[in-house]
Parts: sequence; structure tokens; C-alpha cells
Amino acid sequence: MSSEKPESDFHSKTNDDVLAAVRWAAAEEIPLEVIGQGSKRAMGHPTQTAHTLSLGGLSGITLFEPEELVLSAKAGTPLAEIQTLLDQHHQEMQFEPCDLGPLLGATAGQGTLGGLVNTNICGPRRLKAGSVRDHILGINAVSGRGEAFKSGGRVVKNVTGYDLAKGVTGSYGTLAVLTDITIKVLPRAETEKTLALSGLSDDQATQAMAMALGSSAEVSGAAHLPAGIADDQSVTLLRLEGFMPSVEYRIENLGKLLADFGRHEQLDAETSRGQWWAVRDILPFAEHQERAVWRISCTPDRGHKIVSDIRDRCDARAFYDWQGGLIWLEMPDGQPQADRIREAVSSHGGGHATLIRADATARRADPVFQPQPAPLAALSNRYRKNFDPKGILNPGRMG
Amino acid sequence: MTSLKMPALDQAVLERRAQIVASLQAIVPGEGVVADENAMRVFESDGLTAYRALPFVVVLPETVQQVADVLKYCNGEGIKVVPRGSGTSLSGGALPLEDAVLLVMSRFSRVLEIDYPNRCAVVQPGVTNLGITHAVAEEGFYYAPDPSSQIACSIGGNVAENSGGVHCLKYGLTANNVLGIEFVTIEGEILRLGGKHLDAEGYDLLGIMTGSEGLLGVVTEVTVRILQKPETARALLVGFPTSEDGGQCVADIISDGIIPGGMEMMDRPAIHAAEDFVQAGYPLDVEALLIVELDGPEAEVDYLIDRVEAIARKNKSSTLQISNSEDERNTFWAGRKAAFPAVGRISPDYYCMDGTIPRKELPTVLARMRELSDHYGLRVANVFHAGDGNLHPLILYDANVPGELEKTEEFGAEILKLCVEVGGVLTGEHGVGVEKRDLMPEMFTEDDLKQQQRVKCAFDPDQLLNPGKVFPQLHRCAELGRMHVNKGKLPFPDLPRF
Repeated sequence: MSSEKPESDFHSKTNDDVLAAVRWAAAEEIPLEVIGQGSKRAMGHPTQTAHTLSLGGLSGITLFEPEELVLSAKAGTPLAEIQTLLDQHHQEMQFEPCDLGPLLGATAGQGTLGGLVNTNICGPRRLKAGSVRDHILGINAVSGRGEAFKSGGRVVKNVTGYDLAKGVTGSYGTLAVLTDITIKVLPRAETEKTLALSGLSDDQATQAMAMALGSSAEVSGAAHLPAGIADDQSVTLLRLEGFMPSVEYRIENLGKLLADFGRHEQLDAETSRGQWWAVRDILPFAEHQERAVWRISCTPDRGHKIVSDIRDRCDARAFYDWQGGLIWLEMPDGQPQADRIREAVSSHGGGHATLIRADATARRADPVFQPQPAPLAALSNRYRKNFDPKGILNPGRMG
Repeated sequence: MTSLKMPALDQAVLERRAQIVASLQAIVPGEGVVADENAMRVFESDGLTAYRALPFVVVLPETVQQVADVLKYCNGEGIKVVPRGSGTSLSGGALPLEDAVLLVMSRFSRVLEIDYPNRCAVVQPGVTNLGITHAVAEEGFYYAPDPSSQIACSIGGNVAENSGGVHCLKYGLTANNVLGIEFVTIEGEILRLGGKHLDAEGYDLLGIMTGSEGLLGVVTEVTVRILQKPETARALLVGFPTSEDGGQCVADIISDGIIPGGMEMMDRPAIHAAEDFVQAGYPLDVEALLIVELDGPEAEVDYLIDRVEAIARKNKSSTLQISNSEDERNTFWAGRKAAFPAVGRISPDYYCMDGTIPRKELPTVLARMRELSDHYGLRVANVFHAGDGNLHPLILYDANVPGELEKTEEFGAEILKLCVEVGGVLTGEHGVGVEKRDLMPEMFTEDDLKQQQRVKCAFDPDQLLNPGKVFPQLHRCAELGRMHVNKGKLPFPDLPRF
């Protein structure tokens, strides 16, 4: 967003640079916009700060021990660099990071590890493997007080003190500036196949997905693309990953289990990857950049009711990931209609809706993040102030 | 009992005991308040039995509103509160304080809802860990985290401690299996975090609450993920001539892309103690014994058993058995599961430690531990969650020998310092509690600890919830809140700006 370009930038290359910059800002009470490569800058409430603290230069993988399933990197390390290295060792970040570039009208393949952790947005495997927050082992950071601190470590089993590593994940840079991040990495599945069911209504798809997830098929992705999203007719995708003999065995059984849901086909590994890439990176909504896009996290079997409520009142398009527990919703135009969306969510089991794509005016006018009940909002505010009492880090970014 | 410095007793509270008890009885009528000294004895300790203290008064609420009213009252009156689940903590997390209300959550024992289409269960915090599995077993589901105390420990306590277990290598810790909680703050506010949806909104306060050891709030409801039970499970029992060979085998299994459902190692003293106790057929002439359990669809398990067997043979395994029936698999586990009581048979007392290390450091740590064992003249047996590096050294001692407990604690502290020194942590799954409280500076700087304590201040500004646990020093929140930035003295000539 060029209109939000700051007047002055800090480019930190070392942890000491970050510490010095934040100390200065804390002492002067001057807010900073903290960014990696800026690839997710169009998300969240726009900040208005005179200075930018850029971590793009604070980069590099500092530890990778594949047999220990651990990787540490500086916060500004490009995700692409991490993924390439992991790929060479047949490993991956199992939470399947989304590339939001195409959705946000930016280049694909951008983004840093710090940006990933700060947004805590992950892909289809969430329902089996957890989110970014489930894979973060340790951090080093500089709080808004201008103090360097660490939390966690490099081992998976660790309950030493509060889990501040989780506590800063998804905080959009409003608590602390991350400098070092250690994550758990895992072996990449040897192969994958997808069972694709055609022509199901949203309601039928919800039942089919619940049945699949409740079986021992170990489904690692469950998405439903209603008619008009990927094709003229709807398609419901159920992904199975693992060792070849296991995948073959499970997909046969799953096909039998879901026989009553009509026609289905097995997609081979390559076709499967292509389909899930589109779901993960929300490619169906990349085209109409002027339209507002919501990300709704809800009770999985209620997702289709939320969408039905919204579609009764406006011509929105939607598709489902996470067995229906994640809705990607594209509005007919640039109007987010926040109240209408959140009302639908709260009348069907609750959850939360985040405005992921909208122009800066809309993101200033509407709460981008789900408003919290007053006592919880007060606690969240006290929590933030204990990291950043002067409100100098990405002020207002989370509302 | 060894000396343990706890927060100074609040004399004003002690003097008002009768009045406080009466006020609490007004909130929780009937049997809900226990003030009789003999009746309170049962609560004077948790799983860390070296420490005991008689509670000021015990309250067993039955409703969320009672919990809220008790906390609100205590907050208003400045009375400390120690929450307690089943009291199985191995780190003294539920150790009472003589001037604190012990808030026992055991009457919250109902399963509120089982939601199979969304694969979750909503339960009260006093439901036992195994109780959740029992409630959903009929439909073929289970709750994955399985601390060894699962028959007794409560899910509320699991949330407080972020409990693990044998299966958490593949299925995650409590934090990865809890979708939502309802909890009450010290101010008596009833709050909800998360729910049946997968991602909670806002800051990850659920992540902060999980593993916060009862210092931030009292959990009154938990929504957990339940999983479909794997079709089958089979295990390999593999002996190695050295711990290095065993350790390398573990690394090679993982490098081959295999994440077993469980992967446990025992050293020679633990093998011998277990075999003497349960006759599981363990080989006695090996230095390390590895149990690898593979679970999942039959086709997968059979396929992986062969792969793991090949890896074990390549790593010089000296004995190797593969389970061909549930009986056999259970026999393999019998020795491991009985390791603690088995060690209890060969020594009057034992002290169970809990540190985590990077796996590759295992041979180094075992060697150093043998040196320490000689130095202190105390035997040690090791069981090890080999997949994730979580080590449980059991130090054998006799509490009746004057000075031996103190020596044991010193030995234990040395082991934990060693864990930190090689890149590990002070506690993998038992929590800090009072046990490792004073070791926290081994792992954290003053600033690290202060930032953690500031989180505490956001939840509990007067520090009334479970004081004396986790943090070696209690800083007042006002002091922690001060900014120490030196305005004007931090010039910026070197920072590239444009």
C-alpha cells in the first residue's frame, strides 16, 4: 500500500540493532511499524507510524538438525529459503504455511519466518497437525519496553515457565519484535492421494467430511469447493498422506465408507498437490482484488450454516477448508459488511471472523479482528501493555 | 523436609481464620468447606511428597459461580489461593500454603458434551485424563495425551501443567489437544478462550494459560480434541550394547521419516529393576533397551515394522523382538510402565527427575550422570522418552539416612543444570512448581523471568494465585511495570536510516 509508506526506515541486521532501535523508540515514545518483507502489510488495521523497523536484513538459518527435528532462524529469514532447505532433507513445516501473496495482490513466494509466526495463519493440514503456534519451540525477542528476552528452547518437551513463544505467536508484532525463532520440523509424507467427491451440496459435504474425519483414514486435508469455485459442479477433497502402502490401503477403505455419497475418484499425488495448493493459497479468490475477503474460524459442522445465512442476504462466494471449520468468504464487492458476517458466525456456534483483504479505508472503518467480550478485551489489553506499555510496536494493528 | 523458602505468612489473614471460614461457608455451603485439621491432612501434599504444609482452609466448590465468588472474595480480602486438581503434581504445583485457601476442583467431575462430528469433548476440569478416553471409547475414540498418572490426574491439572506422556511425540502435548477453556480470574471474571473452532482469536492466551501451573486463573471447563483410535499397534523391543547405538537407532528412525506412536528407552539399571519386578522377558546383558511402537492402519504398521527392524539391525542391535499379538505388545510395555514402582522395590525411596535434552546428547548426559552418581554415592536409573529427548532419571536414596534427601536434591539439581548446559530445559513435563523454582535462573536471565512475571501481573496483579511457585523471586507488579529506559542517552549514530 504505497499510501502507507513510512517516511523513515530502520534496517536492522543484528539483534543489537533491533534492541537499539526499540530502546530509542521506547525512550522517545515514537511508534514503529515492524515488518519483514512487508508481504502481509495489507492485512490487519493500517498503522500510521513515522518509522519502520525492517527485519529483512536480520536473516539466516542458524541451526538445522534434521534428525532432531529442529530448525532455528533469524526472524527476517525468507520462508522460501527455509522451505528449500527442508525440502532437500525431505522435511517440512507440517502446518503448511499459506502463501497469501496471490490473495493480497502481491508476488507469490514472499514472506519471512517472523511474518509467518506473527500472523499464525496456516494451511489445510491444520486439522491434523496444528497451527504455527503448535510448532514453535522457542523465541528470542525484544519487548516494547526495549528489553531482550527469550522463552522456550530447542526441544519439543518443555514446560519450563510460561509459554511466551506461543504467547507472541499471532500477535502481529504488537507485543515484541522477534529476532530468533526455533520451530519443530517434521518428515514430509512420502506420498499423497486425494479422494474427490463430486456434486455434493454444502450440507452433504459436511456430513461426508465428518464421516471421513471420524474414521481411521487419517485425513490430512478436508475441503469443499461449492459449484462455481473450482468447477461447474462442487468438489469435496479428502487428502491422505503417508507411506505408499498405507495411503493405498486407506483410500480404498475411505472410498468404501463414503460410497453412499455418489461418484468419487482418486487423484494421484501430483494432481492432489495442485488441488491443495489452490486451497491453501486461496487461489479461487485471487482474481477479483477489489472484493473483500474474510477468513472465518468456526465449529466445523456449522460452517455451511454460516455461509447459508450470509448468502441469503448477499451474493458472497465461499469455500471450506478444515472440514468446514475454516471458511474463506469473498464478498460481492469491497464492502466487508462486518456486522452481518459476525452475526452469522455467532448465531451458529461462534468462532471468529477476520477481514483478510480489503482496502485501507475499509480496514480503518471496520474491526479487522473479531471484537472480544469486554472483560477478555481488558485482559488482552493488560497483557499487551505488560510487553509494550507505551504502545510503540505496530500500534493499532490489531485494533 | 528440606528447607524451602515460601512467601511470608500473612499474619492478618491467619488471625481472621474463623471469620474467613464462615464467609467461605456462606459461598460454598454444606460439605464444601473443610476447616478441620484432621480432615485437611489429606491435602497437605501432592505427588512431590517431600514437601508438606497444612492448608489454611480447603474449599471444594461445585459450580462455576461458586468458584467466581470464592476468588472474588479472596481477591477482595487479599487472601492467597492455591488451586488443586487431583493433586498428582510431581513438582509441588499444588503444595498448600498455610495462609492460602486450597481450592480443590475435584467436584467438577462431569463430562458435559461429546461431539463426534466435530471430534471434541467438553468436560469439567475434575474429570480424569483416562475418564475422557473412557467416555468416548465406545465410538472408537480416545484422548491422546497420556501422562503416566492418567488414571488419577485431572484434565484441569493437565491444562495447568501442559502434561505430556508416551504418545506426545506423535500426537502432541496437552497444549496441542485443547481447543478451548473456560476459566475464572482472581477478580472473579468468568472468561472463555477458544471453543470448538480450531484457532482461538486474538492473543494466544490459551497457549499462555496451558502450562501456567495455576498462577493465572482457575480452569472450570475444557474442550479437548478427541481422535479416532488407531486401527492397530505393534511394538519392537530392541536391545543395544551401548546407549550410543540405541541413540543412533532413534535418530535413524526419525531421519527415515518415521514418527512412531511411542519410542521409549531404558538404561541397564532400569532394565534390571523392571525385569526383576514384572518378568517382561527383557534382555539383561544390554546397556540400552528401546521400545518402538508403531500405530495406525494395519498395512502401514506392518510395512514400518520391517523398516524399523532393518534400521535397528544396522545399528548393532543385540536382541530384537517384534510383537505379534496385543498380549505380546502389552508385555513389552509392562516393564517400562512398571519402571517407577520397580525402582521403588530396590530402594527405600527414589526421586524422579524430569529434564529434556537434545537427543544426540544422550550418551554425554548418561556418562556425566554416572560420574555424578559416583560422586554422590547414589545410584541412578534412567527411563527416557527417546523420541523427544525427555529424560527421567530416578535417583535412589533412603530418606531415613540423615542428609541423604538433601544430597539427592543436590544431585538432581546437578542433573537439571547439565540438561540446560547441553541445550535442553529444566522440565519436560512435570512442571516447575516449587521443585525447580530456584533453578529457573539456570535457564533464564533476569529479564526473561521479569517478562514472564509481567504476564502474571496482567492476570493477577496482587499475585494471590499460587504464590511461591515457578518464580524464584516475587517482584511486585508496580516494580515490574516501571520502564528503565534512559531517555536521551541512547543516541543512534550507527543505525542506518534514510
